[in-house]
Amino acid sequence: MTDITRSLAAIVGEDYVSDRPEEAFFYARDPGLMPPHAPEYVVIPGTAEQVRDVVRLAGRERIPVVPMGAGMALTGLVIPLRGGIVIDMKRMTRIIEVNERARYAVVEGGVSQGLLKRYLEKHHPRLRHSIPDSPAAATIAANVMIHGQGRLTQQYGFNSDMVSGLEVVLASGEVCRIGSCALSPDWFSKGAPMPDLTGLFLGWFGATGIITKVGLKLYPRKKLRDVEIFITDREELVPDMVYELTHTEMMEDINVFAQPKPMIFKDNHHIAFFFTGDTQEELEFRRKMAWKALEPFIRQKDGGFMGLPPVMKPTLLDMPQRSVSRFADVKKGGGFEYSGPIILVEKYPECYRKLKELAERYDLAFSGMSRVIGRSHCMMYGFSFTFNRADPDMMERTRRALREVSAYALEAGGVFWKPTVEEQKMALEKMDPNTRRLMAMIKKNMDPQGIMNPGNWEVS
Amino acid sequence: MKYADIVHRCFRCGYCKFTRDYTDFNCPAYRKFRFETFAPGGRMWLIRAWLNHEIENSPRFQEILFSCATCANCVEHCVFTFSEDLVNIFIAAREELVAGGVIPPPVRDYFKNIGISGNPYKLPAEDRGKWAEGTGLAPYDGQEYLFYVGCVGSYDERGKKMARAVGDVLLRAGVSLGILGPEETCDGNEVRALGESGLFQFLMEQNTEKFGKLGVKKIITLDPHAFNAFKNDYPGLAPSCAVYHYTQVLAPLMDAGKIPLAGYPERVTYHDPCYLGRHNGEYTAPRRILKAVPGLDLVEMDQSGEDAFCCGGGGGNFFTDILGGGADAPARIRVRSAAETGAGIIAVACPQCAKMLEDGIKAEDMEDRLRVMDVAEIVLAAMGRDSA
Amino acid sequence: MPELTFDPRLCETCPTADCLVKCQYLEVDKDTAKAEMVKISRGEDSFVLHDCVTCYGCEEYCRRGNHPFYLITEKREEQGILTSPRAITRQWINIGEPQGKFQTGEVGERVLSFGFMPEFLNMVKGRLFEDVMPSFVFGQEFFCNVVYIHFANTSVIKERLPVVIENFRKLDVREVVCIHDECYGAFAHLAPAYGIEVPFRPVHYFEYLYHRLEELKDDIRPLNIRAAYQRPCSSRLCSGTHHYVADIMEMIGVELVQREYQDENALCCGGIFGMCFGYDLKHDVQERNIDDMAAHGAEYCVFNCPACMGSIGAGVARRGIRPIHMIDLLRKAIGET
Repeated sequence: MTDITRSLAAIVGEDYVSDRPEEAFFYARDPGLMPPHAPEYVVIPGTAEQVRDVVRLAGRERIPVVPMGAGMALTGLVIPLRGGIVIDMKRMTRIIEVNERARYAVVEGGVSQGLLKRYLEKHHPRLRHSIPDSPAAATIAANVMIHGQGRLTQQYGFNSDMVSGLEVVLASGEVCRIGSCALSPDWFSKGAPMPDLTGLFLGWFGATGIITKVGLKLYPRKKLRDVEIFITDREELVPDMVYELTHTEMMEDINVFAQPKPMIFKDNHHIAFFFTGDTQEELEFRRKMAWKALEPFIRQKDGGFMGLPPVMKPTLLDMPQRSVSRFADVKKGGGFEYSGPIILVEKYPECYRKLKELAERYDLAFSGMSRVIGRSHCMMYGFSFTFNRADPDMMERTRRALREVSAYALEAGGVFWKPTVEEQKMALEKMDPNTRRLMAMIKKNMDPQGIMNPGNWEVS
Repeated sequence: MKYADIVHRCFRCGYCKFTRDYTDFNCPAYRKFRFETFAPGGRMWLIRAWLNHEIENSPRFQEILFSCATCANCVEHCVFTFSEDLVNIFIAAREELVAGGVIPPPVRDYFKNIGISGNPYKLPAEDRGKWAEGTGLAPYDGQEYLFYVGCVGSYDERGKKMARAVGDVLLRAGVSLGILGPEETCDGNEVRALGESGLFQFLMEQNTEKFGKLGVKKIITLDPHAFNAFKNDYPGLAPSCAVYHYTQVLAPLMDAGKIPLAGYPERVTYHDPCYLGRHNGEYTAPRRILKAVPGLDLVEMDQSGEDAFCCGGGGGNFFTDILGGGADAPARIRVRSAAETGAGIIAVACPQCAKMLEDGIKAEDMEDRLRVMDVAEIVLAAMGRDSA
Repeated sequence: MPELTFDPRLCETCPTADCLVKCQYLEVDKDTAKAEMVKISRGEDSFVLHDCVTCYGCEEYCRRGNHPFYLITEKREEQGILTSPRAITRQWINIGEPQGKFQTGEVGERVLSFGFMPEFLNMVKGRLFEDVMPSFVFGQEFFCNVVYIHFANTSVIKERLPVVIENFRKLDVREVVCIHDECYGAFAHLAPAYGIEVPFRPVHYFEYLYHRLEELKDDIRPLNIRAAYQRPCSSRLCSGTHHYVADIMEMIGVELVQREYQDENALCCGGIFGMCFGYDLKHDVQERNIDDMAAHGAEYCVFNCPACMGSIGAGVARRGIRPIHMIDLLRKAIGET
């Protein structure tokens, strides 16, 4: 055991440190396409204090630290680009508080989406959170940190907009409260009416600090939930359809997808929208409003509501949707990566056409999956490709296709979501130079020794 | 290696680690060790890396592979079409390590003891039937059922107690059964699960021939592990020989009122054994028995049925203890869950679960408020009889 | 390319014009009805071509076997008049495209056809079918394609149906028991209307079940329930088999509630209406239909078509009426479930 290993063992316990090749192999990778970079150490802390002490040690020894949730962002954000210590947060699974009246929860940094969902169903059945479709093992903290989106995003914005406070460990090893919780026992606001300091951490991928607690806004959970899918053969009509649907303010979540397989989906664009109600009456009213909003398109024969086969509805209503992960095995190869820029909804048609063109050129299986953010303020458009992990040529073609997506998205006015290191560089290059300087200043001051997930958001 | 062509298909999404409703992580090795490498996804990726010579066999790699309790939670909850093969893949990888001869010493010793003594305890084969002394159970000689108890039921103190209780209840219910006693040989379920396919093949053929010669048409097993082996991995037995776990024979007898019960006013929670539950889909027979006991208050743990949390004894761990102890040992986690229900008794239907959970209770210092009873022991208690 | 057998003189001389007079969705008197059918037959425009909701009813109402609905469909397609949104039509055409993934059991001279309804793979079992099973076929290769008349697309039918019939012919079957009456309608009604030869005897599964129940009569325990029957649109193509519903119900001790929307006056499930026309028509039809069932004391709603069950089953259940498919009902009656 090396000295560092011994020191880490003294902090987290011998059972929760590894410097073995097996952990190094696994934690060097994620299920996406980024090349591996092995850590020297993997630790699994149980408390924020242990995280703090690990960071302090890292600071003393100038060893990089990389926090990790489930690693399902797929864009390499948990891969230790400069080696060092991977901090697997998933032993910190306490749900510390749920304030039913104020509708927020405070959870530790390793609490998974699945755990919070189940906890709320059991103990607070009138509350829910904005669950993304990443696998249930994905953590709340990592998801808000990458500005994830979920089932309530169409109503309330990015999942990071639903943060109501943070506890973070800074590069200096100090533990900091962010938001109302910094001066109140209550975690009802992430910043307002004080300066909103969450911006120093959210979106930074651990490059400025490690989130050890998240305050998360919760929302009313209705007793009933249903889904409809409106389909059109013309991608150029999708933005208008989404606009009309969002005008109703009746929907929970709106996703638009297009993919060539299975045959039931071929040739069309599918606007899947979800709605809820505490009574059948409420549910039917929302359904009727959605139908009425889209009726002009039906009259023009430009779109219609598809009949959902009996097996499809439970799959769609599943939260998270397990079928999203199954996309990874379309090529019998366990691989799936996507570039999901945030972009105006009106860009849907050209994004789709670009996706199709790339899929054809690179001979790849694809799916265009998008989620409306806010009242059609923008969307995440996912240029998704599935690949066979045992086929290096297919993997390389997928990488090249995704590189073209990145360039295209930027050109089209999009902003990268959970960008790969390459995309971060592209974004920094294109960015307003003063903004770039501001980011560089923040990074430098927050992490003077460059130990916090180095390689990310580095301004050269 | 078998399944080498599909190990790359794991997306390491982690659904395999959970219960269906995400109540908690449900993979015993992952709960204990918390490194992703000990979860099914980690194993899949490491097996592939090993096959591709990106990592080497090492004590750590062996620990990762042999700590799997083969509980099949991953099989139950993996979202991909190859999910049914997950445990088989881990066993296949073990087979490769066994064939290469570099395996953890406890695993090696287990095989050696089975090979030499016919049981993992290094105890004389001729002592195998001693558990039945004084029970009234006769040697098998054409009775309706062969009552097969297995190594744990034959040699382990707790297992023997259970074997006697089950035998007692079945006899009182008028079931026609006989035992092999010293003629019984290991069913091989753990031999197969630990990757010694050659030794398993030998045991399987030996047992199949023996049962055939004796004209056995129906087998009742004490242990779900034997039940699993005979039912699923002994191709020569089916279709002429029907295999039952003892709860499957006892339940209809209880329904038909063949067993007079005084009552047993206790709060009981039932722990589903993995090899009876997830592996073989039997969740109801034991519960039917318990519900038929007057006064018994049956409560369920959060993780039960298809989501039952393994005691940690499967996959050979009962003998090799590669999962090890500590506060996050699966058995200790399980007894804490049982205590949360307010139950005073954890009902089991497997001698390995019985021992694992009793050890867990001791380690949790809960002996004053929680005890383990086999389903048959509960029935005996409800009949006003103590189990031997 | 198959051609519709249609005689304009039959419409011109029709004394009743029942096809449109009886239509549940258009308010048309006899003279207007005749005039519009004549216009349609001449290839002229008519409001009927725009307003027909594709319930298939006029195929049954026409006493002269002159195929008014098939004609309407042909003419709509000719004139480019869409019934359903383009995307819906495209989706259904894609779903029905043969993929080489069909399933066949041990096919004998008599075979059960599940068409392309996966529900039947699970539903068709037990003693009711044991003298035919495992002789079955399933897949797009055996899909009758009649549904495209909802989408004013007879071209697809003309292209695919002969291939489907050929697929059956290759299996050398003598009798095809159709588990969906649209399949039966395809072989017994539509194919002849288009002069397409069918080299086997199509049997409606109600007929098959009726005779099977006669064989199993000792096993029947009367159910003593009151049920409504949801008659699907496709039943209009095989109205000669509709009597089996009442016959079967009598055999199994089910009182078929006599309600307003039954037999010729039956209402659609509304599934297609929603896809093609929007909220109001579907909602209105479903509400009237279910209200009618409830008002006449139905405890169960017996379904013939899984698509109907998918469309209206949940609404039926919410009103406290149990939805059940005919096959499941009969399995109950013989004590199998």
